[in-house]
Amino acid sequence: MIRIYAIFLRQVLLIRRSIHRLLGIFYWALLDLLLWGFLTVYLHKVGQDRLSGITVLIGTVVLWNFLMRVQQGVGVSFLEDVWARNLMSLLASPLSIREYMSGLVVVGTTSAFFSLAIMTAVAWLLFSYNIFQFGFLMIPFVAILFLFGLGLGIFTTAMILRFGPSSEILAWSIPALIPPFSGVFYPVATLPKALQYIAFILPSSHVFEGMRAAVFTSRVDWQNLILGFLLAFLFVIASFFFLHRSYRYVLRNGLLTRFSTE
Amino acid sequence: MPEYILEVRHLSKMYKDGLEAVRDISFSIKKDETVGLLGPNGAGKTSTISMILGVLEPTSGEIDIFGKSLARSRTEILSRMNFTATYTFLPGNLTVSQNLYIFSLLYAVSHPRERVKELLHEFDLERYADTKTGVLSSGELSRVNLAKALLNEPELLLLDEPTASLDPSSADIMRKKIKAYQEERSGVGIVWTSHNMNEIEEVCDRVLFISHGKILLDGNPRTLPQEHGKKNLEELFIAVAREPLALQ
Repeated sequence: MIRIYAIFLRQVLLIRRSIHRLLGIFYWALLDLLLWGFLTVYLHKVGQDRLSGITVLIGTVVLWNFLMRVQQGVGVSFLEDVWARNLMSLLASPLSIREYMSGLVVVGTTSAFFSLAIMTAVAWLLFSYNIFQFGFLMIPFVAILFLFGLGLGIFTTAMILRFGPSSEILAWSIPALIPPFSGVFYPVATLPKALQYIAFILPSSHVFEGMRAAVFTSRVDWQNLILGFLLAFLFVIASFFFLHRSYRYVLRNGLLTRFSTE
Repeated sequence: MPEYILEVRHLSKMYKDGLEAVRDISFSIKKDETVGLLGPNGAGKTSTISMILGVLEPTSGEIDIFGKSLARSRTEILSRMNFTATYTFLPGNLTVSQNLYIFSLLYAVSHPRERVKELLHEFDLERYADTKTGVLSSGELSRVNLAKALLNEPELLLLDEPTASLDPSSADIMRKKIKAYQEERSGVGIVWTSHNMNEIEEVCDRVLFISHGKILLDGNPRTLPQEHGKKNLEELFIAVAREPLALQ
């Protein structure tokens, strides 16, 4: 536990000393919220009652950014160690890769919930949007996106570990692939049939579809949410497995030193 | 307690591209012994140290530290040893005391704050305690790295060119600090790599010459050159680097 705390503390100290890192936790999320929030206000005005449910967009944007924060909390914290060329010192200590990743997961979780709290407050203050209107449904929504975000964070970390520091672009580009197929801004039915299959295997699409169903039809598709949860859970397991394989590959091929030199 | 702190048996490392960095080497280090690992660049010293640190998987062979297998008791062993190397870094965006504190937690030091204070004092780093590590000079950084390596009062210390970037005076201070640490605590074993033969002669009880991944010579640094018809350790080093087969 103490080693997991050390990894968490290392990131906290880093954030505490740097205002731009602190802002980074909610800067992009707030920008997204402002952009989509004002767009929904505008659409609501011009569409009158026909677009009354459009405000659900604010909810999907808040939760999408929560997912991104979890992923980046893990992935970018790992990159901080890559940029500091600190990985070798850490992994040649008694710290195990499992403890190291657990520390990063705690960092990702803390920063994501901090960011979610701020976005929830801003959505309510600026747009009178209450994300808690979903009641207990918020629990499965947040749980699925949290797990999927963790899985994405672990997966991108494993990719960078496997392919070296020069592949850090993956930390930003892999998550960017998800929203077009997740139904964050539009229903999955909008996608061509072939792409709907991709949406089906993404846990996030089941959450955003669930949110829309709750608003527009007042029905909860529990089957869909359970499927989303199972997919997210499986993705986390698969990502851990991939991370473990990547780490073994790095140890076998002596690639840890490149994180000090590249 | 085992007589040897470190035992390396038939250790080999072959990389994917066919490069054989370490070829069937065996050696051991006793308590209170300082062993120099010498050899030209690319001889296999860093690969050997990386395997002892558990960050490089051997192709074959075994490493036992404190009488236990490194492969099976990694965490327990690594918390009783430490290292400093020219190719490892501490986060430059944290202060000296923050870095030392984080590593004291990683090594599960029992009174971390007190130990950090003690080392800051011992290495004359108190005035840099709140300075970001990234802005320190190489001499100051070497002191911080050595302080980090002594945080957990290791019984086995791996030093990969600990004085490489230091001026002669700072290097001398570092050598004295390391030797003082070893003398103050009984049973500490040290593996020391360096390209400075005078330094090796001064600090090591025994040297291992490695070339092309193999141990060619093993002996006392003060008598080994004469045994091989060389004037001094530097001459012997050059001979190992240029004509290793002649010495086999």
